[in-house]
Amino acid sequence: MWQELYAELRPRGLQIVTVALDAAGAETARPWIEKAGATHPSLVDRAHLMDSLFGVTNVPSGVWIDEAGTIVRPPEPAHPRRPAYKDRAIPEDATPELRERIETVRALHVEAERYVGALRDWVANGASSRFALTRDEVVRRSRPRPIGEATAPAHFALGQELHARGLRDDAIAHFKEAHRLDPTNWTYRRDAWSLVAAEHEKIYDTSWLEEVKREGVERYYPPLDMPE
Amino acid sequence: MIARSPVVSAAELERVTGWHLTAEGLCREDRCIPFSPTDEDAIDLVAVANALGRPLVRDERHGLFAFGAEHGGHALASAAAPDLVLPDVDGRRFSLASLRGRKVLLVAWASW
Repeated sequence: MWQELYAELRPRGLQIVTVALDAAGAETARPWIEKAGATHPSLVDRAHLMDSLFGVTNVPSGVWIDEAGTIVRPPEPAHPRRPAYKDRAIPEDATPELRERIETVRALHVEAERYVGALRDWVANGASSRFALTRDEVVRRSRPRPIGEATAPAHFALGQELHARGLRDDAIAHFKEAHRLDPTNWTYRRDAWSLVAAEHEKIYDTSWLEEVKREGVERYYPPLDMPE
Repeated sequence: MIARSPVVSAAELERVTGWHLTAEGLCREDRCIPFSPTDEDAIDLVAVANALGRPLVRDERHGLFAFGAEHGGHALASAAAPDLVLPDVDGRRFSLASLRGRKVLLVAWASW
């Protein structure tokens, strides 16, 4: 997904690193990485350190880090191009539920051109780019971390560890607790659901569509907070 | 990272929390927090959790422990990028800090 942009911007000094938030591990992520022909570092983050260390709550999210190791933009929605689901057709024979699902994904807020334009500007202009934020602004924009949201990563990590040991039911108890403590983190929900894909609505009493509707479709990928 | 015991060695503590024990206390990147265990080979995770302001969750049934994140502030306590160390798809460890000197776009994605 990022390979094309990497080919363009690497000669101008940008390193891209992708991190797969897949509790199931490398083999789940590998087909996608190989299909993309990725030559950038492609890492695997089974316990979602991107959430606990940086404040990521959904994917795709991007973080900009300058040459000195200083973050100049904290996590925000990062789309390299318009996703195919934005133009997905609704089949004539679609069930009402499928229709609603397709209508919902088509309505997700995606600003690929704007994001990539800002990225190119930063690569060209560095600290003087109007898209590079001050240190204080980076901290202020990163996610607030009250006690519940701070405790959720521990439960997610325990769930992932137990799931990897084949202790599915014990894992699910921790995943549920992570969801309860950090109810607006999408990566915890979506990854845990994916591990029990066929039965997830039974086990977790909810679905992606219900959750998106509950929170509001416009909040799934918040608008980019950057100059035009 | 998961701990398998309520008391750990200094090396295990660093693996689990990312903080290492020095004469000044627990240190990570440019921060140090006062902390002096009575026995460096048997450091109490509850005391570490209190010193770092990070919740510690215990799974009773399996005897496992996991730290949450620092609470009270923001996910990023400063604009200094945390040192993310993760395996690549072939299991080789990669450190974000190895890219110092270059601009980096760090992207979180998933197969699900």
